[in-house]
Amino acid sequence: MALLEVKDLQVRVEDREILHSLSLTVNPGEVHAIMGPNGSGKSTLSHVIAGKPGYEVTGGQILFRGEDLLEMEPDERAAKGVFLAFQYPVEIPGVATMNFLRTALNAQRKARGESEYSTPDFLKKVREVAKSLNIPQDMLKRGVNVGFSGGEKKRNEILQMALFEPNLCILDEMDSGLDIDALRIAADGVNALRSPERAMVVITHYQRLLNYIVPDVVHVMSKGRVVKSGDRQLSLELEAAGYAQFEHAA
Amino acid sequence: MPSSSTRPRGRKGFWMNLVLAKTDTGPAVGNVFVRTHGRLPGAGPVADIRARAFEAYKRAGLPHRRIEEWKYTDLRVLMRDVLPRAPQPDTAALARAKAAVEKAAIEGAAKLVLVDGLFTPNLSDIVQLGQGVDVRTLREVLENPANEGRGDLLLTATTDAVISLNAAMVTDGVVITVTDGTVLSRPIQIVHVATTSSASSFTRSYLRLGKGVQAAVVESFVAAEGARAYQANDAVIVSVGDAANLAHLHVVADEADATNISSVFVALGAKAKLNLFNMICGGAVSRYQGFITLVGEGSALSVNGVNLLKDKQHGDTTLVIDHAVPHCTSRENFRAVVDDRGHSVFQGHIIVRPDAQKTDGRMMTRALLLSDEAEADNKPELEIFADDVTCGHGATTGALDESLLFYLRARGLPEKEAQALLIQAFVGEAIESITNDQLREHVIAAAERWLEARG
Ligand SMILES: Nc1ncnc2c1ncn2[C@@H]1O[C@H](COP(=O)(O)OP(=O)(O)OP(=O)(O)O)[C@@H](O)[C@H]1O
Ligand SMILES: [Mg+2]
Repeated sequence: MALLEVKDLQVRVEDREILHSLSLTVNPGEVHAIMGPNGSGKSTLSHVIAGKPGYEVTGGQILFRGEDLLEMEPDERAAKGVFLAFQYPVEIPGVATMNFLRTALNAQRKARGESEYSTPDFLKKVREVAKSLNIPQDMLKRGVNVGFSGGEKKRNEILQMALFEPNLCILDEMDSGLDIDALRIAADGVNALRSPERAMVVITHYQRLLNYIVPDVVHVMSKGRVVKSGDRQLSLELEAAGYAQFEHAA
Repeated sequence: MPSSSTRPRGRKGFWMNLVLAKTDTGPAVGNVFVRTHGRLPGAGPVADIRARAFEAYKRAGLPHRRIEEWKYTDLRVLMRDVLPRAPQPDTAALARAKAAVEKAAIEGAAKLVLVDGLFTPNLSDIVQLGQGVDVRTLREVLENPANEGRGDLLLTATTDAVISLNAAMVTDGVVITVTDGTVLSRPIQIVHVATTSSASSFTRSYLRLGKGVQAAVVESFVAAEGARAYQANDAVIVSVGDAANLAHLHVVADEADATNISSVFVALGAKAKLNLFNMICGGAVSRYQGFITLVGEGSALSVNGVNLLKDKQHGDTTLVIDHAVPHCTSRENFRAVVDDRGHSVFQGHIIVRPDAQKTDGRMMTRALLLSDEAEADNKPELEIFADDVTCGHGATTGALDESLLFYLRARGLPEKEAQALLIQAFVGEAIESITNDQLREHVIAAAERWLEARG
């Protein structure tokens, strides 16, 4: 069974249709890349999959392991293993990162009927993951993303992904704001999570990320639709020729 | 900064006729006073002052919305009547009080317990207070004819009807005197317990701190099992000596249909430091009014408050901060979280007297409304008569930030848990002012109980 099936999805925001009959199938073990010009609807798609309020789905469906994702609350989706690394992670002053991570992890585990982590076990796990991603401990002592640089915020997203071990990882421009070394480390973190059961959807503007996280399928989105899908070769062509060739296809 | 005075108009006109029609003070309390006057502690001058205070109360009646200071908290509507005073607690009531005190107790604090307005030595820890600390009951001080000025204990610089009523009716309280230079090794917790339903209690306490004293005092208001719809009227008169440092916390965790009127008077000495903290997380109608005068130069006042209100709870924090001398700072920082049809009120009045140059006074109020019917009123008022001062106020009102909520939910937190985390962060901005770890934890735990009860 497909891990994620988006079928003929139509989405409106404030009476404007942003996604038009968009379809996408992602199987377990696969890595998909989505590329496309600014404003083509990539983040919108990722938000709708994660359950962000404010989007009206006027048609189509999203199935996750055959279950209707659109019927689920955002936290239920997270507990089922859907994870979105945000393009713009928010700052949450007053909520300590460690407290947030533990509350979130245990809420997911509780929803799945798993035992909650004890504090020492949790701390051990966070330290391991943080170390592998080269994230300094003092970053974890601050409020969630508060005062983090753009790159640090992105690293915090990858940290959460590694900690929660989701089944479907959607990475919305994880490469923006990361320096070259950080990009490599973050990509290593993503690759370490690759497994036959898990799938990744990598949204990016840059071919360079796909040298690190090598996709099985590349999609091009334009004006709210997937206008072309292909293998890795497609991303190299885009790099050379740009999106102009798709402007009319949409 | 130029002087400014802000008096937002609000919704006065609409209610005017309604209020005019309803001016009786209610018969219940009048009868009670007449019946019990002779039995209240303190004869002679004390009784005279009580009688005068009662006359003053009778003339004014319960405060209502035509009185500027009470415009958002109309006690004639919210309280209706003053209930008869609670009887002396019997053995069964004391047993229930004991259980309530144990639940409310702060570990490591020395407890002074007032049950239905009467000091209860069996539940208190006076012996543990150590050298330099003298604790008496207000009753014994009022009844001792050797104390010439004892009637003055029932006088305060500011009076309004509820304070007059307190002076007339007060049964007991604690008089704590701390000698110069004493550093209290543990916090004092004054626990007010109500055991009787549909009855009132009137308490008044004194806190006199000598020079250089360091102390932390918490006042907790709780109900014993089964006590409903009671009324507490408390007054605390505090003097903080020069270079002393006091943390004074006030936690209203009353039964859901209780009324709590608390008045705090403070005179703050030179180079002294005072951290006041108030939390209203219980009761149906609560008013915390603080009258703080900075009487010595170079003192620093910080007042932080949190209202956590749901259902139809009404919580009012009203502060009058009087900068009488130069070179003092005052900070007011208030957070309200209002759910359902709750109503939060914050009134902050700062007065800067002509001599009080170099005053630095600021207040910030933020309200978080969790439902469409929740209400938060904020009335800042600056009266500045000196020309070289810095004074300012700011206020925000809003709902929880949707994008933050979504981030938390996308990480697996159910809606209420995500809200709880953001609410904790919000009130944390005021609670973090409490420097004593135990006291801060105590307040955080009370806030968490409120969040859990929200479901
Ligand atoms: N809340 C909103 N209100 C109005 N328009 C919106 C809203 N969210 C998205 N849009 C519009 O939908 C379109 C798609 O936006 P989206 O953020 O999904 O694009 P994107 O492909 O992620 O772009 P980028 O590459 O710049 O991140 C844009 O035209 C955008 O302005
Ligand atoms: Mg985007």
